Amino acid sequence: MSIPKPGPTPVPMSKPFWSATAQGQLVVQRCQGCGTHQHYPRVVCRHCWLTELDWVTCSGDGRVWTYTVVHRPGHPAWEPEVPYVLALVELDEGPRLMTNIVNIAPAEMRVGLAVRAVFDDTADTSLVHFAPVDRPLPTP
Amino acid sequence: MTLRNSAAVVGAAEVPPSRTTTGMTTLDMIATVAAAAAADAGVAKDEIDGLLVGPQVGETPQHVPATVAEYLGLRPRYADLVDLGGATGAGMVWRAAAAIQAGMCETALCVLGNIREGDPPRSPNRNPIREFDVPYGGSGANQAYAMVATRHMAEFGTTAEQLAQVPVFERANARFNPDAVFHDKPITVDDVLASPMVMEPLRLLEVVMPCGGATAVLVTGRGSARRFRRRPVWLRGAGEKVTHRALSQAPELTTSPLAAAIADAYRMAGVGPSDLDLLTPYDCYSIMLAVTFEDAGLCAKGSAGPWMAEQDFSHTGNLPCNPHGGQLACGQADLAGGMAHLVEAVRQLRGTAEGRQVADPALALVTGNGATMSEEVALVMEADS
Ligand SMILES: [Zn+2]
Repeated sequence: MSIPKPGPTPVPMSKPFWSATAQGQLVVQRCQGCGTHQHYPRVVCRHCWLTELDWVTCSGDGRVWTYTVVHRPGHPAWEPEVPYVLALVELDEGPRLMTNIVNIAPAEMRVGLAVRAVFDDTADTSLVHFAPVDRPLPTP
Repeated sequence: MTLRNSAAVVGAAEVPPSRTTTGMTTLDMIATVAAAAAADAGVAKDEIDGLLVGPQVGETPQHVPATVAEYLGLRPRYADLVDLGGATGAGMVWRAAAAIQAGMCETALCVLGNIREGDPPRSPNRNPIREFDVPYGGSGANQAYAMVATRHMAEFGTTAEQLAQVPVFERANARFNPDAVFHDKPITVDDVLASPMVMEPLRLLEVVMPCGGATAVLVTGRGSARRFRRRPVWLRGAGEKVTHRALSQAPELTTSPLAAAIADAYRMAGVGPSDLDLLTPYDCYSIMLAVTFEDAGLCAKGSAGPWMAEQDFSHTGNLPCNPHGGQLACGQADLAGGMAHLVEAVRQLRGTAEGRQVADPALALVTGNGATMSEEVALVMEADS
């Protein structure tokens, strides 16, 4: 019996984010006062504490800020997946997020690699993954 | 008003880390090490009127100070919980000194302990890390430090061979520490590079081993520090900085908030990196020591790899560093592991380090690091003159 992967745990504040990913869109908050984009969603702008925040749709483009190739996962549910690429992607809009890079061999991974958001609509999940910009579709 | 030389560590004790513990609760472990620290100092139990403890995940989720005080028969005038991960022990020391200076207590027990009977249960977190990191297979600390190492390599050309020097020198130091889990088990750079990959680029021998154990120190004010049986070890400077919890929210990857904490500690102490006789920096992974050397101003940012190769970190070397072997050689007794660096600095600065004694050290830099390079404390400790 396989161990189930713990999925996202939305809270009221973050529901718009997860609703958008389920539709194949990546959204983040933008502060009406200082213009800073932020992720994850919060009730205040983490830069200036203004509470007036808009949801904006991102381009989906970003670069790998850093990454690791996981051989011994921190959670047993991922043991069948190894080796897999875990990365922090810096979106063109500024925020950084944890994700997996797909459609790439681990040996091809580089800091600074240009990547684009991809959405896996075959699975019952709203996770957002990233793939190299020249290979936008995940391997089925 | 400064904490500089306002208080001193007058007693220290350790239940050395072990891979597993049996037959003890965390409270039993804490009491064992607390009594040992009091005996080391020659402090009578009833002289202790301050108590600082850490979180006890899975055992006592709330009311930890009262639970520990009751077990030990203490009735502290100041009771606190410090929750800074691996920086908890160092964070306790300046808090104890501040409470003493404010007149809230005279002698404080800072104590951390944990048991380890098999793998601990997963914490039922409900926070941003659980929501946004865990669903991608990003659980635990290994992935975060691996990503710091990846970035350091990409920015500065640091190599796996250079980082492998860290566990090699700490294991070499542990030849002089019979209490180390890896006592008398020296390794080479090739051994490190041949050990199993955990999360690229970090391999098994660059990752700390979780253990059970305990540590305690007694802190007292300037007026009474010399009336106990040990040479006091003075708190000369302290600094603290907390910036994030999840690595995605870190302001930078290759400079730790420790840089700011260390700068504050140097400023309070009125010293700089060239004044240090001893380093006992927090070491959970090879990359953490490399970043700490840079953030302490011992070498330029990005140059730790080649710089480390030129140092002799043994107790007789040009720059003694973790003469006990650090956590990579001693094992990491959870939060107590972070206080072990302070305990070693205390032993060294009062001249009780026996077979690994550094020759007459006057000043030591002690660091603590919690979570994913998130919560950081630096102390400059000074020998009594
Ligand atoms: Zn703002």
